[in-house]
Formats: sequence, structure tokens, C-alpha cells
Amino acid sequence: MTAVVDPQAVADPLPPRRRNRAWEKFRRSPSALLGGVLVLFFLIVAILAPVLPVPGPAETDWSMVRKPPSWAHPFGTDEIGRDMLSRMIWGAQASLLAGVVSVMIAVLLGVPLGMLAGYLRGWTDAVISRFTEALLAAPFLILAIALAAFLGPSLTNAMIAIGLSAMPIFVRLARAQTLAVMTEDYVESARAVGIGHLGMIGRYILPNIIPPIIVQGTLTIATAIIAEASLSFLGLGQQPPAPSWGAMLNIAKNFLEQAPWMALYPGVAIFLVVLGFNLLGDGLRDALDPRDS
Amino acid sequence: MLAFLARRILIAIPTVILISIFVFGLQHLLPGDPILVMAGEERDPEVIAALREKYRFNDPIPVQYLAWAGNALQGDLGISLRTQQPVLELIGEKLPVTIQLAVMALIIAILIGIPAGVLSAYKKGTWIDWVANIVALSGLSVPNFWLGIMLILLVSVKLGWLPASGYMPLTEDPLQSIRTMLMPAFVLGTAIAATLMRHTRSAMLSVLKSDYVRTARAKGLKERVVLIKHALRNALVPVVTVITLLFGELLAGAVLTEQIFTIPGFGKLVVDAVFNRDYAVVQGIVLCTGIAFIFMNILADAAYRILNPRMSDR
Amino acid sequence: MRIMKTLGLAAVLAATSGLVHAQDLRIGLQEDPDVLDPDQSRTFVGRIVYASLCDKLVDITPELEIVPMLATGWEWNEDGTELTMTLREGVTFHDGEPFNAEAVVANIDRSQNFELSRRKSEVKSIESVEAVDDLTVKFTLSAPDATLLAQFADRSGMMLSPKATAEAGEEFGLNPVCAGPFTFKERIQQDRIVLEKFTDYYRADEINFDTVTFLPIPDTTVRLANLRAGDLDMLERLAATDLGSAEADDGLTVEKATSLGYQAMTINVGNGPRAENPLGENAAVRQALSLSIDRAALNQVVFEGAFAPGNQPFAPTSPWYNAEFPVPERDVEAAKALLAEAGFADGVTIEVQVANNPVQTQVMQVIQSMAGEAGITIELAAKEFATLLADQSAGDYTASQVGWSGRVDPDGNIHQFMTTGGGINDSKYSDPDMDKFLNEARLSTDPAVRKESYDAAIAKQQEDMPIVYLYHPVWIWVLDNDIDGFTPYPDGMIRLHGVSKTE
Repeated sequence: MTAVVDPQAVADPLPPRRRNRAWEKFRRSPSALLGGVLVLFFLIVAILAPVLPVPGPAETDWSMVRKPPSWAHPFGTDEIGRDMLSRMIWGAQASLLAGVVSVMIAVLLGVPLGMLAGYLRGWTDAVISRFTEALLAAPFLILAIALAAFLGPSLTNAMIAIGLSAMPIFVRLARAQTLAVMTEDYVESARAVGIGHLGMIGRYILPNIIPPIIVQGTLTIATAIIAEASLSFLGLGQQPPAPSWGAMLNIAKNFLEQAPWMALYPGVAIFLVVLGFNLLGDGLRDALDPRDS
Repeated sequence: MLAFLARRILIAIPTVILISIFVFGLQHLLPGDPILVMAGEERDPEVIAALREKYRFNDPIPVQYLAWAGNALQGDLGISLRTQQPVLELIGEKLPVTIQLAVMALIIAILIGIPAGVLSAYKKGTWIDWVANIVALSGLSVPNFWLGIMLILLVSVKLGWLPASGYMPLTEDPLQSIRTMLMPAFVLGTAIAATLMRHTRSAMLSVLKSDYVRTARAKGLKERVVLIKHALRNALVPVVTVITLLFGELLAGAVLTEQIFTIPGFGKLVVDAVFNRDYAVVQGIVLCTGIAFIFMNILADAAYRILNPRMSDR
Repeated sequence: MRIMKTLGLAAVLAATSGLVHAQDLRIGLQEDPDVLDPDQSRTFVGRIVYASLCDKLVDITPELEIVPMLATGWEWNEDGTELTMTLREGVTFHDGEPFNAEAVVANIDRSQNFELSRRKSEVKSIESVEAVDDLTVKFTLSAPDATLLAQFADRSGMMLSPKATAEAGEEFGLNPVCAGPFTFKERIQQDRIVLEKFTDYYRADEINFDTVTFLPIPDTTVRLANLRAGDLDMLERLAATDLGSAEADDGLTVEKATSLGYQAMTINVGNGPRAENPLGENAAVRQALSLSIDRAALNQVVFEGAFAPGNQPFAPTSPWYNAEFPVPERDVEAAKALLAEAGFADGVTIEVQVANNPVQTQVMQVIQSMAGEAGITIELAAKEFATLLADQSAGDYTASQVGWSGRVDPDGNIHQFMTTGGGINDSKYSDPDMDKFLNEARLSTDPAVRKESYDAAIAKQQEDMPIVYLYHPVWIWVLDNDIDGFTPYPDGMIRLHGVSKTE
């Protein structure tokens, strides 16, 4: 899409000065920074998983079934004698992947649809809006469960299910933003001059809807990670022996009395990474908020 | 106003039809054959054939849909494949359970969320505000099924204070009923409390900046009176709207909460029905929640319009 | 004097507990039963409820002998094609209708001809049934069927009030009317099933509870917590991993019985194109897979050693077990040698489908790890049960980890799985010798003759191995200490005759 727009125009509505100010604001917010650090930490852990000095996540040891934390296994071992720390580290990959990929699916499908609805209005808008409403009317998780069951239990399918279930938010957001931009004076005059559709979208609409999409996207990653954990918890996400925090909790709930550590760590990890994305999203929202000068 | 409502309801009709077609189609595309499970371990071919005939599985899907829709219009949502209970009866049986859970969760959320929001807005920028924000965000970030597991571990397994499960109908033993529902309601309420706190805070912040609060203060009214009588009252308007919209979140949250605490409610019904491929039950539930959800949306919109008459009729 | 006093006190206590206290027994179930119509029902857990609700023509002892229940005696004719049963006198159904030969005829008719009956295959051998007199009924069979009495000890033998079935039709399950010790009071799906004592029950003096409440609580830890908290009096199917904690509790009693069922890997040997792989085509590869599994270690890791490792459709403790083929020790070298002999020295890769529940996936992950060391790489495909079953019956699988809840008669554990065209022979295994052995075993009512046939069948099974048996679950019940008189049965049922609660 950018190929047809002249390069300088893209940066037009958001002058560099303002962007720097946003970064300044972001940097000065302790909670936003904390969020960034949390997300970065898990990102690094996930990427470094293959080189970290831990046993393989599927390596079993029959003599070490459900052993509490020790020097050899700092997070203890699981129900068939695998190292919990290793599974936690590899589980970070599944969680982050699920969060990011499903939101990408939602954005890539939802934003164009929303823009189309807001830009063309009329029948297109009516049809897209009805579909969105229909999707929104089924509670998010129920929809994701039904979709995941339909596609069959696997991590990829869970991501698709979550992506599709999260899509309506982005349709709505993109539509509302597009509608708002379209009523601006400068857009109306540009239209009068006779700028083409792609020009309008590339030059005026897209740059204006990107900041709220980034904020919403970051916050939705948090929701998506919880959704993946929930689906895995119900047995519809990541499948064994591959680790996922939600799937680990699903097993752990059967051993609450004998092996409480199995339930503790995956939950804490989900909590921290989701908190990270929420803090980051909040920070971005404050930083990118045009109303607050 | 009436015209507005009429229009919204009219627009909602195609949405409801869409939902029902969508769910119907989706379900019949689901892999797995409920008849094989229903036929029993022996999977007698004769039984399988009889069941397929009986539940019209041999008809083309559009025909099946029309048959279902025709019955639904007459208030007959079919029977559960698994237990043969009428779906409508099942929903009627489960709904009060989930409503009790949701209402208790909402009460807990309001008791925590609104005071915290007010305090945080009033003390904006101080450590109190910061802590309240972090706590609220934590409430939003903690997976509620994990919170449930941890609570069971701590409160039931380790301390033995509250029963880990064991639903008691409100009508039978109100006290015990509330006691057993306390933990799940708390778990379900945390995320809602956090949302409420954040909305209350931002609403309070904008109200506190407004002229009449300044006037009230200038008049020398006590701070508490200003805060509660003037500011909070006005700030509550958008918060009430948010509460209506939280309905969907409560329902979705109830799905996992009921699963953890084995509460025989709506959420457990729908998850079990999806797993058992109990088509009629899934279909009925989604239709009912869909209608309820749209209704709540219309209600929220109407409330908003009454409170903000300037809103255009878009 | 002292004795007199104690006796007197006991009498007073008994009187008060009997009169003032309406005694309720609360039982925690692992799942919510399906429809409560014995002709339509299909779940194991449903049968637990029927044990208190619907009496059968005959019952079993813990040693699996057939004993009288609603039928007081029976006789086979010379060639085993006619069975004459004498019925108990003075029995009434819960609705007051009399139980007699006509009622039996009506019940068999419903099992055979009701559109939605799941019992058709169980009573298929009955050609006709007639009421000889009020309390005598004669079954005429199309061919000798040694399994029929065992069927009468289960759902096919449960007697429903003919009046109620005629009136309710397919909705009988919403308000079942039988002739058991308790009558149906109410059911709230996924929450509870409440039964009330049937005062006109013919063995009413053995029933010590006014009501029984069945509460489905799927989570085993939660079930146990509820028992400890006093919200339950007993529970069924405790997870083996909770056994240690239950046994350590002074306030609880643990009862166990090895089940009649098994868990196994069913292998696709001839069910469509997906059978065309090293595992499906080579008995040696299947034997290698079996040899690579340390069944004792599997039992130890997943079930804390509480279950029974197995390698045949019958548990090693069963009289039908072929002792010539004991549960094999793990032998990785032998497994590798078998693979090499079959031309797979570099190992093989197979896909195994498994139900996506925590325990079964845990079992398969352990096996995956064990088989890997012998050069058999297992890829797991976790599926929801409904999908797993559909794929299995359609032949869309290589190997499938599934189980069988078990039957009283040995025939039920093997015939339909191993005979050509058997209803649940998803392996599509076919062998004329096997067919001969298993069909012959049906014809005789003499256990010694049957045992010979089954021994031959097991020998054949060990050679061809279309099913790799893994273990036999053990039923674990946990009771509050104040519950007395409970007897564990290998069929996993809870029989409340003689069970009482001291307070």
C-alpha cells in the first residue's frame, strides 16, 4: 500500500517533533518502563530458549517424578519427571507466539474491513457491521472455544481461533477512526481536490488510525495470551509433549495437593507477561494520546 | 426515543439470524461425530443409523437449519442429544446459577472497584494512585482460572475454610449457597473490579476538573461532600453504562470459573456441550446469549442517549 | 447389666436415627451420567446410578458368578438354545405395577425393537421370548449364546415398568420407573441426581438410607476435598495419584477392585490406506512396540503403582487370563532386534492419536519416551474424544490409544474387537483362526471348554498384536469411616444393599 504513496506524505500528519515527545512521555512513566522491561525479559527468554543451559523440555527422568524444587531442578519436576524450569522457558515461546500471531491475524483482517466500512459506508458498512456485531454477541472465549474445537486442538489452531475472535474489536476501532477522520475539514477539502481512494487511505486514514491500533494491539496481546492459556487449560491449545503455560496448569490442577509448585510457576509467568503487555499498552496510550499535550 | 429503540431492534434481527446461521454452520463442520459417542461403546451400526435418522443428521445442513429455525420461532429449541432434556428447560435451570454468580461477582467488583477508583483519582499522582493502578492492572492480568486454582489450594486444601465446590441452590439454603459461591464470585469479580476502577478513576478525573466541582469547593463545602455528592454522582453515569457492557465479560469469565469450581451453570453447560458435540444445546445457548448481549447493548445505548441528549442519531 | 444398658442405648440410637433423622447418602461421581434410560444409556457412570435404581434379572458376585436378583432361578435346555427363568414373586415396580413374565417380555421387546435402543446387539441372540406363566419366562435363541446371562446382569437385564415405558416412550429417562431399591426423585443436570427409598422394595430391610444423592464432581482432588469436608459420604474413581493422601487420612477408608476393562493401543492393520505403514503391515514392529514399553514403570509414573499392568484383554488376576503369556518385561534390545529383522534397523516413526485429557496424554508421553529409546519415534495427535472415535472408526489413524470399560463375560472384551467384521474392530484385523476360536467360545456354557478357546485366541493375539494392551484400571472408592458394609465389585458399581452409616 505504501508503494503508491509518495514517501514524505506518510509522515505528514504526525510530525517528528510530536513523536519524540511521545517517546519522552513514555520514558518518564515508570509503569510503562516496567511493562517494557517485563515484555523484553520474556522475549529474550523465549528467543534464547534453545541455547540456555537447561535440560530439554521433553527429557524425562522416571526417578524424578513430581519432585519439589531443588538445586538440580530449581522449579521442580513435572508429572513425568521433566524439568519445570526448562518447560517454563520453552512455554514462553508458545505464549508470546500465540499472543503476537493471533493479534496479527486480528489486525490484518480487522483493520482493512473496518476501514472499508468506514470509508465506503452504505451497504458495505451495514454488512460488515452486522457481521461484527454477530461475532461480538458471542462472548469472546465461547467463540474461541467453539472455533478451536472446530479446527482441532493445536497451538496454530488456537491462534487462528483467538485471532478470529479478537478481530471484531479491530474492525470497530478502524471503522470509528476512519469515520472520525473522514469528517475532518482537511480530508473533506482533499476529497474535493479529487485525491484517489488509495491516496486518501494511505495519506490520511492509515496514519491516523495506526497509533490507536498499536495501543489496542498491545492490550489485545495481553488478552490473547490469557486466551491461549485458557484454551490450553481446556485441552484445546498446545498439545503434549510441547510445553505451554496453560497446558501445564491443566495438568497441575490434578496435583494441587502433591505438587503445588507445578501450578505456581506457570501462573506467575502468565501473570507477569500479561501485566507487562498491559502496562506497555497503557504507557503507549498515554504517550500517544493527542488530547493530552 | 421509541423510534430509536424500534430501529435498533429491527437492525438487531439480521444480526441474530446471522449468529444462528454462523453457529449452526460451524457446529456441523466440527470434526467428530456425536452419534458415534452417543451410540455407546459397542457402536452398533443399527443404533447409529436409527440415531442419525432420529436427529435428522441425514438431511442436508440447510434443511436441518430451517427445521431448527422453524421450531425456534415457536419457542422450541430442541432437546439435548446427551440427556434428552429440552434445551430451553436446561437453560432455564442453569441461568439462575450463573446469574447468582455474576451478581455476586459484580457486587464484589463494585465494592472494590468504585472506592478504589475514587481514591485513586482524588490522590492522582501520589503513591496511592500508583499502587491502585498497579493492583488494578494486576487484576486484569491474572488469568482467573489460575487465581481460582490458587484460591482452592490456599483456602480449601491448605486452610479448609471454604468448600472447594459443591453448589447449593439459593432457594434451598441461602447462607450455604452464598458461602459456596464466595470464592468463584471473587475470582470472577477481580477482572471486573479492575475495569470498574479504571473507568471510575478516569470519569472522576474529568468531573473533578469541571466547573461545578470547583464552584462547590469555592462554596466551602466539606471535601467529603464534594467528592461523594457532587463528583461521584456525576462520574457514576458513564460507569453505569460500562457495567451494562461488562455483561459479556462476566459471561465469558463464568465459563472458566464454573469449570474450575464445578458450578453447574451456563458456562459449564456450554463447554461440556461443545466437547460433547451436543449441537442443540450449543445452538440454543449461543442464540440466547446473543440476544441478551444485543439487548444489553441497546440498553446501554439508550441509557447513554438519555444522559447525553446531544448525541446524533447515527 | 452393662450389656443391657449398651443394648438399650443402641436401640434408642437406632430408633432416633431411623425415625427422627432422615438419612441421606451423598456419593461423588466422576461425571454427570447421560440419559437415565437403561435402554438408551451408554455411560459407565450411568450404570452406577442404575445400581440403586433398577434391579436386573440377575446380578454378579465380586467373583463374577451369576446370582439371582429378579429371577430366582434359570435352566438351559440340552443344546443351549432355550433359557427358562423363574421370577421372584411379589415384586412391584416403583409405580405399583406388578413385575411378572409379561413385564420381562415387554422389556426384552423394548431392548430389541425400540428405535433408540443401544441394547440391540446385546440381546440379538434372542429369537423369541414368551411368558410361560405369570412367573416363568422362556427365551428361545437363534444359536447358543453363553454371554446372555452376563448381559442380563447389566443394562439389558434391567427391568423397567412397562406402563411407564409405554407412556413416556423415548422420554422415559426424564423420570425412570424401575424395580430397584430407590425411586427417582429429581435430577439437576451436572449438579445432582436424587433417589428416594422405595418402601415396597422386596429387600427393603437391607436398605438403610432414606435418600441417595449422586453429585457429579469431575475434579478428583475437589471430590476428595469434599469428602474430607463431610460434604460427601463416599466417592468413586479416585485418581491413583491421590491414593497416598487418602490412605494416610485416618477418617477415610479406601476400597479397591481391579476393573474388568483395559487401556490399550489399537493399531490400524487393515482399515483403509492408512494401514499401509511399517506398524500396520508388520506384526514384528507391533511386537517391538510392545516390548519397548516398561508397563510396570508406566504404572508407577502415572498411577503410583496402583493400577494393574496388562498385556491381554483380561487382567492377570482374571480366570480367563492366559498364564502362558505373562506381562512382558521391557526389553529394548529385543525390540531393536525385531525392528532390524523386519527391515527397519534405522527405526520407524508412527503417529498415535490420544484423547486430549490429562491422564491419557500423560500415559502416551511416557510411552513416547520409552518407545523412542527403542528406535520407535511416536508423534502424538491429541484429539477430542468425539473426533478420535470418528477418525478411528473411519480408519483415519495409524494407532489409537483407547480403552474399554469391560464386560462380565470374557466375550465382551475380545469378540467384537478381533473377529472379522466385528462391530468395533477398528483395526479391521481379520484372521480365520481367530474367528473360529472366538465364535466357538460363545457356543458352550462350560467354562473349561471356553477357556481353551480363549487361550488359543490369546496366543494368536500375542502373535499378531492388532491391539497392544497396556494396563487395567483399578477402581478406587473412598468412604467416610462411618460408612459400613460396602463391598467393592470389579464392575465398578456401588451396591447399597447392607451399606449403612453410623452417627
